[in-house]
Amino acid sequence: MATTAATPTFAPHTAASYGQTGIWSWITTVDHKRIGALYLYTALFFFLFGGLEAGLIRWQLAQPNQHIVSAEFYNQLFTMHGTTMIFLAIMPLSAAFFNFLIPLQIGARDVAFPRLNAFSYWVYVLGGTFMTLPIFFNSAPNGGWFGYAPLSTLPYSSGLNIDFWVMGLQILGISSLAAAFNFITTIINMRAPGMTLMRMPMFTWMSFVVQFLLVLAFPVITIALVFLLFDRFFGTNFYEIAAGADPLLWQHLFWIFGHPEVYILILPAFGLVSEILPTFSRKPLFGYNVMVYSGIMIGFLAFGVWAHHMFAVGMGATADTVFALTTMLIGIPTGVKIFNWIATMWGGQIRFTAAMKFAIGLIALFTIGGISGVMHSSPPADLQQTDTYFIVAHFHYVLFGGSIMGIFAGIYYYYPKITGRYMNETLGTWHFWSTFVAMNLTFFPMHFSGMLGMPRRIYTYDAGQGWDTFNMISSIGAGLLILATLFFVVNFLKSRKSGAVASGDAWGAGTLEWSIPSPPPDYNFAEIPVVTSRYPLWDLKHPERTAGIAHSAPDVMTITGAHATPVHEETGHKTAAELGIPMPFNTVKPAIAALAIVMMFGGLIFMHVGHFAVAMTITISSACLFVGTLYAWLTSPLE
Amino acid sequence: MASAVAHADTHEHTHYTSTGLENRKVAIWAFIGSECMLFASLISTYLIYKGKSIVGPFPHTPWTSPDGHVFKPILNIPVTSQSTFVLLMSSLAMVLALAAVENRGKPGYVGTVLGNSKLWLAATAALGATFLGYQAFEFTSFVHEGLTIRTNLFGSTFFTLTGFHGAHVTAGVLWLLTLLSIDIKRGLTPKDTLLVDMCALYWHFVDVVWIAIFTLVYLIK
Repeated sequence: MATTAATPTFAPHTAASYGQTGIWSWITTVDHKRIGALYLYTALFFFLFGGLEAGLIRWQLAQPNQHIVSAEFYNQLFTMHGTTMIFLAIMPLSAAFFNFLIPLQIGARDVAFPRLNAFSYWVYVLGGTFMTLPIFFNSAPNGGWFGYAPLSTLPYSSGLNIDFWVMGLQILGISSLAAAFNFITTIINMRAPGMTLMRMPMFTWMSFVVQFLLVLAFPVITIALVFLLFDRFFGTNFYEIAAGADPLLWQHLFWIFGHPEVYILILPAFGLVSEILPTFSRKPLFGYNVMVYSGIMIGFLAFGVWAHHMFAVGMGATADTVFALTTMLIGIPTGVKIFNWIATMWGGQIRFTAAMKFAIGLIALFTIGGISGVMHSSPPADLQQTDTYFIVAHFHYVLFGGSIMGIFAGIYYYYPKITGRYMNETLGTWHFWSTFVAMNLTFFPMHFSGMLGMPRRIYTYDAGQGWDTFNMISSIGAGLLILATLFFVVNFLKSRKSGAVASGDAWGAGTLEWSIPSPPPDYNFAEIPVVTSRYPLWDLKHPERTAGIAHSAPDVMTITGAHATPVHEETGHKTAAELGIPMPFNTVKPAIAALAIVMMFGGLIFMHVGHFAVAMTITISSACLFVGTLYAWLTSPLE
Repeated sequence: MASAVAHADTHEHTHYTSTGLENRKVAIWAFIGSECMLFASLISTYLIYKGKSIVGPFPHTPWTSPDGHVFKPILNIPVTSQSTFVLLMSSLAMVLALAAVENRGKPGYVGTVLGNSKLWLAATAALGATFLGYQAFEFTSFVHEGLTIRTNLFGSTFFTLTGFHGAHVTAGVLWLLTLLSIDIKRGLTPKDTLLVDMCALYWHFVDVVWIAIFTLVYLIK
């Protein structure tokens, strides 16, 4: 049962082999792996779109006093670049990995609520489209990704731009929350026997922390947006200074969400890197327990540092001091992670694959961003740096150098698991080095232009302030970055058909997802494995690597109802029907419910173009459609 | 081995979970955790804006408008105390409804009023609806007295906070009526305990939120 020696190496199971082909099967799918693929493709599309927006921004700023785009359109560009990259690219790219990997890493056959999972995806893609389309009509959101009220209230932003932003974020919040409830339940409840919390792969652990951040942070932005929506549509006074409103209310609510959001963006990448480094160093992760604790610590402290985004508003010495200290404190668990990654590589037999290069790239570049972050945790320093390009440099080092490098690493690493084929290593190496160089060329000079006083969000500037050269370098870097990404696009698309065929254990890794075929069959595990250590597959194939970590005897096999077997490499030759594994039915109801949600919010837009009756008709009928679909969904059987 | 798996799964139809809890039970707790932050944001904003309204009417103090019109303190605590009592009693009915479904067929429940789950579900829904009636009355009388959601900071925060709570009660009443219709159609059995339990958790949560709102908005001046 445990041997794979005689089995062919090509993928035994493709979508076609269990009758899952055609566009309708993608719209109705509830398989976490296919939903993960949908997330991946959609988010990569938005990533490219947001990158092109950045390209226009850098083109406009390449030289002083340019008018490539208008000031109004520039506002839309930087707003949508930030909004797209955060909500439509990085978060859903992480979600692609949550979807694809969490069930595989914990030894489950799907997520806890497969249909809710499909719903999350459809809300995301429809909400993302809703927010993105207006840029083609020159009415995209234009108040920054942070949408500061009162600037974003009706008297100061009277167009539809902010309406699209408010509605869009509200819709995307629903997607993130639904997904978070799903993954929390999946991780708490669907682990294979023996997969104790402290044996979970680090990606699952970091994802677990992220789901709690989502669950606790998104309601706050939801309420802040509800206030803004009510102010704009129903004339309430939440951000109306003349009525006595506090001009800082939005900032506080936004950043109570906004800072945990930063960790929502980075922790999944940290998790991916923590999978990749051990595999390619052929050593277990150094200091696993401390890595878990520091992840939890980061998540916990994430809620206590929000006001460091607001040092410049004058909160007073006490508040400034507290938030400076908590911000410095959060650097400690983050630093611990960096040292543990280095120690993981230390003494290992390292394989420098493309995934490994991107993972090491994350360590190097995130550290630079982390250090500049600690710099502006000090209020006096921050007062010099706030709202300058220094900050832009900082957060691009952590978000591009951190999140995006980590996600690229994850894509190179998991591509064979997802598709059954490797990506091309040569192109991957070209992609890495060109990205690494172009990324530094783009963002490093921003430290200097920022220190020389160049403010953020200006659409052009006068010559002779010492910024010209730095801006030109940044713009050249941005152009190269777009070209570098083409290596990836070509590699990603070409390898799908012509990449080298991967076996189940494509890289000689230690965690459960590699014990099943690539791509995995629809049911994932024919037999649920009993886990006895952190690297069950290495126990099987390289016991010398895991001799030093904790193991337990597989006595948990007796657990009632688990029907589990020891960890072994599966061949996946049988269909779910042959194995008698009940699979959830495909259903279109989640997609319809998602459409209803988007129309419900979108309909309100008509209020601002003078069609109150139309707005109410669309919104109320969509709400009815949503409730009706929900009843139909909940009363139809899952499998 | 594989056939043994098939046999067990198709016959038992209960999935193994790591904690032994049903998935939906874990999810509803995560959902309630999220709802805590939702109401925390609403309540915090109400408290931050307390006493910051430039014009009246005010919740606890009278206000004379520039044209000489005198507005009484707008909150009617005796009436809202009644609706609070009604909502608290609905939680009691909810507990009894859950017990009736859970203990269906057990001695002491068969043929007694305690075992009548339909009665208790209907009572919970009715008490919830009564609370909503009180809220509708309160909202309309406030509007008649000159306080709308647009009047001042108090109006904006008050109507949004209590309105969000009312919307949650409405969703809860719909949930209860759905359970009631299932009970009438096929009868809820102890196997359906989770269905009622989830609704009960939600209902008690919404009730607890009201206790916070009643204390912070109505009772503390």
